[in-house]
Amino acid sequence: MITMDLLAIDLAYGLEKLLLIGGIITVSLIVAMYTTYAERKVAAWMQDRRGPNRAGPFGLLQPVADGLKLFFKEEIIPLTSNKTLFVLGPALAMVTAMLTSAVIPWGSSINIFGRDVSLQIADVNIGILYVFGVVSMGVYGIMIGGWSSNNKFSLIAAVRGASQIISYELAMGLSLIALLMMTGSLSLKTIVQQQMEGGWNIIYQPLGFLIFLICVFAECNRTPFDLPEAENELNFGYHQEYSSMKLGLYLFSEYVNMFISSAVVSTLFFGGYDIPFVDEAALSLSLGANTVALLGFGALFAKILFFLFLFIWVRWTIPRFRYDQLMDLGWKKLIPLALANMLITALVILWLNK
Amino acid sequence: MASLTNRAKVLEQKPMSFMERLYLPAIFKGMAITFKHMFKKKATINYPEEKRPFSPVFRGLHVLNRDEEGRENCTACGLCAVACPAEAITMEGAERKTSEEHLYREEKYAAKYEINMLRCIFCGLCEEACPKDAIYMSETFAPSNFTRKGFIYSKEELLIPNPVTDKEKYDIAKGMREAQLKNK
Repeated sequence: MITMDLLAIDLAYGLEKLLLIGGIITVSLIVAMYTTYAERKVAAWMQDRRGPNRAGPFGLLQPVADGLKLFFKEEIIPLTSNKTLFVLGPALAMVTAMLTSAVIPWGSSINIFGRDVSLQIADVNIGILYVFGVVSMGVYGIMIGGWSSNNKFSLIAAVRGASQIISYELAMGLSLIALLMMTGSLSLKTIVQQQMEGGWNIIYQPLGFLIFLICVFAECNRTPFDLPEAENELNFGYHQEYSSMKLGLYLFSEYVNMFISSAVVSTLFFGGYDIPFVDEAALSLSLGANTVALLGFGALFAKILFFLFLFIWVRWTIPRFRYDQLMDLGWKKLIPLALANMLITALVILWLNK
Repeated sequence: MASLTNRAKVLEQKPMSFMERLYLPAIFKGMAITFKHMFKKKATINYPEEKRPFSPVFRGLHVLNRDEEGRENCTACGLCAVACPAEAITMEGAERKTSEEHLYREEKYAAKYEINMLRCIFCGLCEEACPKDAIYMSETFAPSNFTRKGFIYSKEELLIPNPVTDKEKYDIAKGMREAQLKNK
C-alpha cells in the first residue's frame, strides 16, 4: 500500500513537472519568436523607419512568415561536410539554449487542488553551477557547426566564437563569486528569497552586475560581441553553410539564449519574481497566494522584457569590437576588475562580521 | 605651411582621459541618442497606401497627346527620335485617308510608335523637341514587368484616353501637373 501511495504521488509530481517543462519551453519559444519581431521593429524605430508592418496587424505575423519561409527553403548539406556533426550542431545549440531554463525560479509556488506547485522545474542546490555548466556547453553548438561545415570562414568564426565564449566565461564566473559570497547559496530560489527580504543584489553589487551583463552579451554573441557571426567580414560566420530550418534553429537559439540570459540576470541581480516596493507576505493575505505568485511571475517577465529590450537597444547603438579589442577587454579589463570586486566584497563581508 | 583657406581645423590628439577610456559614458550617450530616435518622426512612408507628391517638373512615363476633339497630335515627324540620346523611340509614319479625319489631326500620322522604357533615360528631350505638343511626360513611372518585351511600350499603351468619349480617364492621365499649374 505504501509503495502504491508513493507511486501515485510521484505520478502527479511527474505530470506537474512535465506540464511545467512544456509550458516554459512554449513560453520561451514564443518569446524568442517575438523577440525577432521586436528586434526588427526597434531597429527600424531607432533608424527612423517603420519596420515590418505588412503581415497581419502591425506586422505581428511576421515571425510566423519568417519561420514558414525557412521551413520551405531547400535543405542543403554540403558534400564535403561531416554529416552527423552537421546535423548535430544546430540541435545542440538549441538544446543548450533551452536547458538553462530548468533551474530558474519563474515564480513562487501556486496552490492547485490542494497541491503546492513550485514554479521552478528543479530547485537544485547547485543552481548557478548548473547554469555555468550548460552555458559552456553552448560553445559546442558553434564549434561543431563551424567545424563540420568544412569551410574556412565557418571555421575561423567558430574558433573566434569558442575563444570569445571561453574568455568571457572566466570574468562571468569571477563576477558571480562576489555575489555568491554575499548570498552564501548556489540555489537560485534561495538567492531570490534573500533578495525579497534584503533588497536586490544590484544595490550591493553594481560592479559585479556590470561585468556580468557585459559577459552575458558576449556569451549570447550579441553586438558589440557578435564576432562569430560578423555578417560583413565572415559571411555570417559559423552558420554560413546552413540553410532552411537548420539555419533557423541557429538564429532562433540565439534569441532563446537572450531570453534565458535575461531571466538569469533578473533572477541574480533584480530580485527574480520579487514585485518591487511590495511586501508579498502582506499582499498574499489580502489577494491570496496564487494571485501574488502570478503577479510575481508577471514582475519577472517585465524584468526579462526590459533586458531583452536592452539587448536590442545595445545592438543598434554600438558597433562591433575588433578582435584584439575584444580579447583585451575580456582578459585585461574585466578579469582584473572582477577579481578586485571579489576582494573588496570579501573584505567588506569580513569587516561587517567582525 | 600656410593653409589656403582659414577653415582648416587643427586636429588635437591628446591621450584619452580616464573617463573617456572607460567608454561607458560614451556608450550611454549613444544609447540615449538611439532611444530618442525611437520617438522621432519616421522618414519612411507606407508606400502603396501613401504616396509622396512628385515635383511639378517630374519627368515620368510618356503620354501621346490628343487635341480637344480626340484626334492624335503626332505627325510622325521623327524629331523626338532624333533628339532622343538613348535611341529609345522608333516610329513609322502613314498617310491619313479621308475617312480618318476624326482620328488624326494632320495629313500624316504615326502608324507605329514605340518607346523602349529600358533604354529611356527620362531626360525629357523628346518632350522639348516635339513641334506638335504630341508627346509629354506624365507623373507616373514605368511599372515593373516580368519580360524585357513588356517594357517596349506600343502606341496603344502610350496614347492618352480620348477626351470626347472618356473624359474622366483623360483628366486622370493628364495628371496632377495641370491642376498644380491652375492653382498657381
